[in-house]
Amino acid sequence: MSEPLNEGSGVSRTRRRKRQRLYAVLAGLILLGTAAALVLNALEDSVVFFHSPSDIKEKSIAAGQRIRIGGLVEKGSIKKEEGGVVTAFTVSDGAATLKVTYRGILPDLFREGQGVVAQGALQPNGTFSASEVLAKHDENYMPPEVADALKRSGHWKEKQGKMKQ
Amino acid sequence: MIAELGHFALTLALAFALAQAAFGFAGASKGRLDWMGASRSAAFMQLILIAVAFGALTHAYVTSDFSVKNVVENSNSLKPLIYKISGVWGNHEGSMVLWVLVLALLGSAVALFGSNLPPSLRSRVLAVQALIGIGFLLFILLTSNPFERVFPAPADGRDLNPLLQDPGLAIHPPMLYVGYVGFSIAFSFAIAALIEGKVDAAWARWVRPWTLLAWSFLTGGIALGSWWAYYELGWGGWWYWDPVENASFMPWLVGTALLHSSIVVEKRDSLKSWTVLLAILTFSLSLIGTFLVRSGVLTSVHAFATDPDRGVFILGLLCIAIGGGLALYAWRAPKMGGGGMFQPISREGALLLNNLLLTTAAATVFLGTLYPLVLEAINGSKISVGPPYFNATFVPLMAPLVAALAVGPLLGWKRADLAGALGRLKATAGATIAIFVIVLWAAGENAVWGALGIGIAVWLAGGVLTELAGRVGLGKHPLGEVGRRLIGLPRSAWGMSFAHFGLAIFILGATAMSLWQEEKILVMKSGQTAEVGGYDVTFNGVQDKRGPNYVALRGLFLAKRGDSTPLNLIAEKRRYVVGGQETTEAAIHNSWRGDLYIVMGGANEDAGQTVRLYFMPLVNWIWLGTLVMVLGGFISLSDRRLRVGAPARKSTSDQRGAEAAPAE
Repeated sequence: MSEPLNEGSGVSRTRRRKRQRLYAVLAGLILLGTAAALVLNALEDSVVFFHSPSDIKEKSIAAGQRIRIGGLVEKGSIKKEEGGVVTAFTVSDGAATLKVTYRGILPDLFREGQGVVAQGALQPNGTFSASEVLAKHDENYMPPEVADALKRSGHWKEKQGKMKQ
Repeated sequence: MIAELGHFALTLALAFALAQAAFGFAGASKGRLDWMGASRSAAFMQLILIAVAFGALTHAYVTSDFSVKNVVENSNSLKPLIYKISGVWGNHEGSMVLWVLVLALLGSAVALFGSNLPPSLRSRVLAVQALIGIGFLLFILLTSNPFERVFPAPADGRDLNPLLQDPGLAIHPPMLYVGYVGFSIAFSFAIAALIEGKVDAAWARWVRPWTLLAWSFLTGGIALGSWWAYYELGWGGWWYWDPVENASFMPWLVGTALLHSSIVVEKRDSLKSWTVLLAILTFSLSLIGTFLVRSGVLTSVHAFATDPDRGVFILGLLCIAIGGGLALYAWRAPKMGGGGMFQPISREGALLLNNLLLTTAAATVFLGTLYPLVLEAINGSKISVGPPYFNATFVPLMAPLVAALAVGPLLGWKRADLAGALGRLKATAGATIAIFVIVLWAAGENAVWGALGIGIAVWLAGGVLTELAGRVGLGKHPLGEVGRRLIGLPRSAWGMSFAHFGLAIFILGATAMSLWQEEKILVMKSGQTAEVGGYDVTFNGVQDKRGPNYVALRGLFLAKRGDSTPLNLIAEKRRYVVGGQETTEAAIHNSWRGDLYIVMGGANEDAGQTVRLYFMPLVNWIWLGTLVMVLGGFISLSDRRLRVGAPARKSTSDQRGAEAAPAE
């Protein structure tokens, strides 16, 4: 292979190599800086916190702020509203409950008595309007957040947490 | 009996993997050819034994042997044969057996075809492959035995999760695994090179085809998964930035960077230690992907029920592999020395920019995926990071990459003429500006973003065509000569053009889908009509249907667009008899313009059905684009077919001559 940029002795070649490496590192740093700025900016706007119904009762969470909630869907609480387009149900962690409304078609594994995680915002009237209800591949699956919320409120039963081997 | 045989074969395979590692390392350091030969034989034995184990498990599934726990939990005698077979890897234990099978297969390929590698390098590569195999075989034998029996055996099985009973998902995991595991070869080569202390063009010629193979399969696997989620889940999206999707996307991003940097090592003997680092990182991310999916630490739309012991075990494996790899790198890489130099404006410079942007993008995805885990470990707060984060970080990093991608292939090695390259892109620039203005004017909502997205796709497509036209001398030579040159182009050149052009097609589809998707949710009674995406959709009531292992409620729809023939579309709500799970089958009408997509939700008190109507603009261009990319990968791979077997047989000058000839 021919000497790249064949002018110059060994010394200037080393210096040139160093300078070249410096440029590459600088370019990398500028990129990383840009990326860090993008990341920080995006994280501030798009991180969504999880709250259990008890948390929502205790803390004051501003209406309209995007959050996730989770718990068990209370038996007998599922109702259709507005001719069926909107489903309303109650989510409970044993200690507190929260009324949730969702416009659209619920995931196939959504059932009474099952764990559920929903994303959306609290309404001024204290109900939770979900924009997204998370579905699972597996009907035995308990979202870790929900299991944790149930444990904290003392309503965790090992049976619910029993996992498929 | 056959199940026990399978279990025994796995145990024996572990023993052979240990021998392969021991003889491989010892033989290479002592220079004993007989020991190296023993290591090679062990690699073949390991493959045979794992194939026996895999065959035994498949046998248990096909014959519905319900004394095997894994079969009981994931199969059923009513299930069609293809899903009995795909059920083998549709569960945790079986999928890990598939993982080690692919690993052993690739390891044997190195043992078989590597006769012209330096013997000590090949031996060390095999030894590192064996170490990975040992880790995963131990994982299977200690935490996830697929051959466990149940007594008494139940009369029938619990059936495979119905969402997984789908042709797309029958081949999605094997493709993804060939991708993940394929990067293990690049990893093993990197570790072996660090031990040997030498990376050269011959090394890169070996690593490149393996990386390309893994990349092609991973691209195909990710696209299949996305396609499956689109038509099977019925949520009307194709990418959710879900942690499990990210888990496969991170190795793809870094693997793509590796693919490009290894070109620089091969052609210019530069960026060597960077390429070794990328090889380590790519496989590390594949392992992290496996960990994220298999450990259940993330709340994800994909999450399966899992066992925490397994998570701890994989985490341990992960620490050894990644920690060990990076420690070795830190220790040995500085001794490898630098390579050729180049100006910032050059092909190498462009490839370096590609690498920087791809790895930075991978880092932002990594951060967004793991930040919730880390935060929870630190202060217990539970957060999730969703699509807004990824859109805000990923898209701004990819836009300059795609913009530069049109220019990069036009630059020469070492020192290039940027003005000349841009000059050749005049026609492309004109087309881009024209499209930009048209979209800006024609698109109602999101016009600026749409114009940018579609403009950049046209810019890239134009760049690819310009490069191709330049190679064959379009405009300089008579057409017959141009045609001859077109046919004579090396397949690797075609591969690059296909892959880059596929990306342009993909961007078109992704832009349209993100900005102009139409969606309507309403309650429809029989006879009612609604409009979406230019179609008048009429609901014609429901009927019952019996499938082989499910019962279904079918909603009948009639869609009409202008004066065209009306289309009959059927959306289903299925209930699987054995497990009682319900699934949704969307009614989809495909076209180049976009898909009409209808989901039926369920009955209401007043006898109407909740219906979700979508129009998915240009959605099929997403799959078409990825298909063209995968095709590009395989075309390029076919160019190297001889070189996979014989990397050293051709001398470097032959290579140059062969590639330069058609262009001159």
